[in-house]
Amino acid sequence: MLYMACVLMGWLNVYAAVYSPETQTGLFDLSTNAGKQLMWIGTTALLIIAILVINYRFWDTFAFVIYGITILSLLLVLVAGTNINGSRSWFKLGAFSIQPAEFAKLGTALALARYLDYPNVNLTKLKDQLWCAGIIALPAVLIIASNETGSMLVFASFIIMLYREGLPGIYPLIAIVVVTLFILTLIVPKLYLFVAILALGILIFFMTPRYQRSVQNVMVIGIAALSMILIVAGVDFFVNDVLQPHQQNRIKVLINPAADPLGAGWNVTQAKIAIGSGRLQGKGFLEGTQTKFDFVPEQSTDFIFCTIGEEHGFIGSMIVVSLFIFLLCRIVLLAEKQRTRFARVYGYSLAGIIFFHIMINIGMTIGLMPVIGIPLPFFSYGGSSLWSFSILLFIFLKLDSRRVGMFAR
Amino acid sequence: MIENRKYIIIGVFCLIGLVYLSRLFYLQILDDSYSLESSSNSIKRVIEIPYRGQIYDRNGKLIVYNSPVYDLYVTPKKVSIPDTLAFCRLVGLERTEFDSIMAHAKAYSYVKPSLFLRQLSKEDFARIQDALVDYRGFEHVTSSMRTYPAHTLANTLGYVAEVSKEQLEAQETPYYRQGDYIGRSGLEKQYESVLRGQRGIKFVMQNVRGVVKGSWKNGAFDSLAVAGKNLHTGIDVEIQQYADTLMQNKVGSVVAIEPSTGQVLCMVSAPTYDPNILSSRHFSKSYAQLAKNPYKPLINRPIMASYRPGSTFKLIQALVAMQDGAVTPSSIFSHAGVPMKCHCFRSGRLNISGAVQYSCNPYFYHVFRRLLYNNSERNTFKASATGLQHWHDMVSRFGIGQKLGIDLPGELKGSLPDASYYNRMYGENHWKFSTVYSLSIGEGELLINPLKMANVAAIIANRGWYYTPHIVSGIGKPGEGIDPKYLEKHDVGINPQYFEYVIEGMQGAVENGTVTAAAKIPDIVICGKTGTSQNRKGKDHSIFVAFAPRENPKIAIAVFVENAGWGGIAAASVASLVIEKYIKRQVVDHALDKKVKEANYLPGVTPPQKPAPKKIEPPKDSVAKPLMVKAIPPRPTAPATVEAKSSIASRPVTTSEN
Repeated sequence: MLYMACVLMGWLNVYAAVYSPETQTGLFDLSTNAGKQLMWIGTTALLIIAILVINYRFWDTFAFVIYGITILSLLLVLVAGTNINGSRSWFKLGAFSIQPAEFAKLGTALALARYLDYPNVNLTKLKDQLWCAGIIALPAVLIIASNETGSMLVFASFIIMLYREGLPGIYPLIAIVVVTLFILTLIVPKLYLFVAILALGILIFFMTPRYQRSVQNVMVIGIAALSMILIVAGVDFFVNDVLQPHQQNRIKVLINPAADPLGAGWNVTQAKIAIGSGRLQGKGFLEGTQTKFDFVPEQSTDFIFCTIGEEHGFIGSMIVVSLFIFLLCRIVLLAEKQRTRFARVYGYSLAGIIFFHIMINIGMTIGLMPVIGIPLPFFSYGGSSLWSFSILLFIFLKLDSRRVGMFAR
Repeated sequence: MIENRKYIIIGVFCLIGLVYLSRLFYLQILDDSYSLESSSNSIKRVIEIPYRGQIYDRNGKLIVYNSPVYDLYVTPKKVSIPDTLAFCRLVGLERTEFDSIMAHAKAYSYVKPSLFLRQLSKEDFARIQDALVDYRGFEHVTSSMRTYPAHTLANTLGYVAEVSKEQLEAQETPYYRQGDYIGRSGLEKQYESVLRGQRGIKFVMQNVRGVVKGSWKNGAFDSLAVAGKNLHTGIDVEIQQYADTLMQNKVGSVVAIEPSTGQVLCMVSAPTYDPNILSSRHFSKSYAQLAKNPYKPLINRPIMASYRPGSTFKLIQALVAMQDGAVTPSSIFSHAGVPMKCHCFRSGRLNISGAVQYSCNPYFYHVFRRLLYNNSERNTFKASATGLQHWHDMVSRFGIGQKLGIDLPGELKGSLPDASYYNRMYGENHWKFSTVYSLSIGEGELLINPLKMANVAAIIANRGWYYTPHIVSGIGKPGEGIDPKYLEKHDVGINPQYFEYVIEGMQGAVENGTVTAAAKIPDIVICGKTGTSQNRKGKDHSIFVAFAPRENPKIAIAVFVENAGWGGIAAASVASLVIEKYIKRQVVDHALDKKVKEANYLPGVTPPQKPAPKKIEPPKDSVAKPLMVKAIPPRPTAPATVEAKSSIASRPVTTSEN
């Protein structure tokens, strides 16, 4: 089992190596993205070996220390980082840049796992919930401060793990309801929503059996309806005053991609054209006209999926999506088999992070999600991202290997 | 219980996966609009304009060719000009012009080249090419410009200009695009589809900034440009140029045809202009000036001007009447009782040849009268109608009253009245010979153009047949590919023996008749006939039709000189000199040559007080300005070659002082 997962990962990494060069010339030229990516892959291999050699207890023991280091680096980058595309979130080391936000996910995942590993932590208790929220929020706030909102959103993915670990279902439900309402508000006129919410509230009131109509329940329904109305009313304020202009545009484009095809909608329109023009079999390796001629911006990083879609068609994208889903399911099932809560929590965190990345990244290229600049795991060009995902994954493999005893010493 | 949540989580993962796959399925398989957009995004059609066909004269001399010109393009992003003022001096621009061109270019695109200066001549370009090295961001594209080395034949050749909006909208299959060049008149228009060739299309791939990145699929779908075919014409440029000089300071036409082939040897429309001025980048300015000129140089008079044939029409009358049996070659008629003046003073002494020789008006009055009444109708009204219709049918075989079908656009039909014409005019049975007798001497409702008269001369030269006159004698190669209708012999239905009587008279007219002094050329037997086209609004037009030599004729010619006064003298001199030049390749009678060249009939070109009934081309401006024709100075194609070209170019239109 473990071995299969390893092979799968190795294959995916090769995949990453194969896909990145498509967008560029010269496979081994260090000055191009492909060449650099090759170097990153090499260093990643070293890291993987290191991780497999290090005792599994290292992660357990030093979880909080690593968390502390990532927090420190996040603070440091605010002061000493290099400004790239308006985000002060990169350390520049010679020709290469490192983004500490990528590693913050690892630190947070480890810290959460460690915290939840304490014997009497119970996520149904408010105090523990707050602790977890704190662990997540601290790096998230620092990342917002460095103007990298996209990476911050990834921290929302920990809710999947927390849900598994006993967080009451009401929290993800509220999250889903809020997001749904948010999107609905942008599409449907507000008045209809108000009426719908009130009607729903009244309907629920009359549907509940008479004996359950306690004051408390009615209050809950009332408060729920009221807060939903408040959310709806607040969407405009949020969109227009809290979000920055480029973020507002991205949301508007998601609702109506044709509104501004040459401006804000350019990325999404071109990405969809690229993917759509791939048809069933794709245009063939290195034959993509959309991606090769720079119509799709950022095509080796955030929009890497366009290359797959254009050159390998529906078959290629189907294989990639299926592979990711299979990988996620494997991680979840492996996590369930873990004997320690630390390993299980960590596994779920890993699955959540990867899932969130895939959902946002592929979703934005096919016009289902707003454009948020986060990479596609193992595919996108970029050292920080490749490193952090590999480290995340292989720490889990190391933890798992202890269970099987294959690599245990 | 809590362990079951893993199924919910896995379920969510799979659900999202399915949603994404179905979205991908929709984008990639169901909706094909994206793949179309992808092609329009990155694959661009590049049009390759082929070379336009060249035009040659009958001796293989080039009349029209393409000379290379250079369009200068600027890419604003790459521009680096150390000294703007020096640069402006170099390219010959004002600073303000330079600024506005650059502003336009920047507004269009910073990275794509925009047109900076168009149609720089080879000489201009050579001058700035070296210096251009110092200025970055400029590149040149070679294109071509129509050039006319003979500086003549402007109206016949026509001109090439950007396709107009109306033409763009009117085309059935969209071939031309905005900015394309198209033949707008003359041969350039008539043979547009042959001359233009076949445009090539190249598919190239471009990146997001429009920069070309190579050919698409290695050019599998490209089509090569096919150069336009060359045209070989029957024009003799030397004759054409000589006739041009003879016609200077005159308004009118010279049309010469080779009788045995129907090929047009020369076609002068005076006043003329240098065709080069309409092919340079000063097209619109030059065109406006030509259009304003009171002598209307843009009208191709040989086919677009209509005149009454006057006495030259007597040739046809004599032939038709003899064929009809109305008169015999030896018929003699007296002047008595004829409501026409005559200048021959040989009443009752002339047979048909003599009548032609001395252009006896009363004789042809009788001829026409006999023609109309030469049928079984007793009633004079009915007899006139029947006779006129018969006459019309016979005359129309000479091509009168219809388009001959020359390979030029804009030919006019002219007018040849038939019975129904007069029935409309006067009412049926309300007209007879005495109503329409002026037709007998080529006046009245007759309208012909110079080309038709030249064709009549050719018919007589051939003794009864003709080929439709045409300019082009070969497409691609000499003698190949021309319209079969130009190879079809037309018979005019007159017995060849009758022609000899008429020709006898024509020879007599030149050697011992109406225009001996003006037209006789030693060693060449010229057969000709004068004519005076009556012009109520000004001086009469002088006409002369002729062919030579009498046996085995080489050239048939018609000359019209507007407002040159009574008699064919002015026209006859021009005609005989052209004939001499063509047959002998030189002119012996320098005195006549000089006299004709110096003759200035422009003051006679009077403005009409009110619209004339005839469609002659009435100049609108006052006679008080005979030098008006100078309003069309030749526009040099290239400043560097002005000196050499303008002296020749201006010759046909320069006005002398008398």
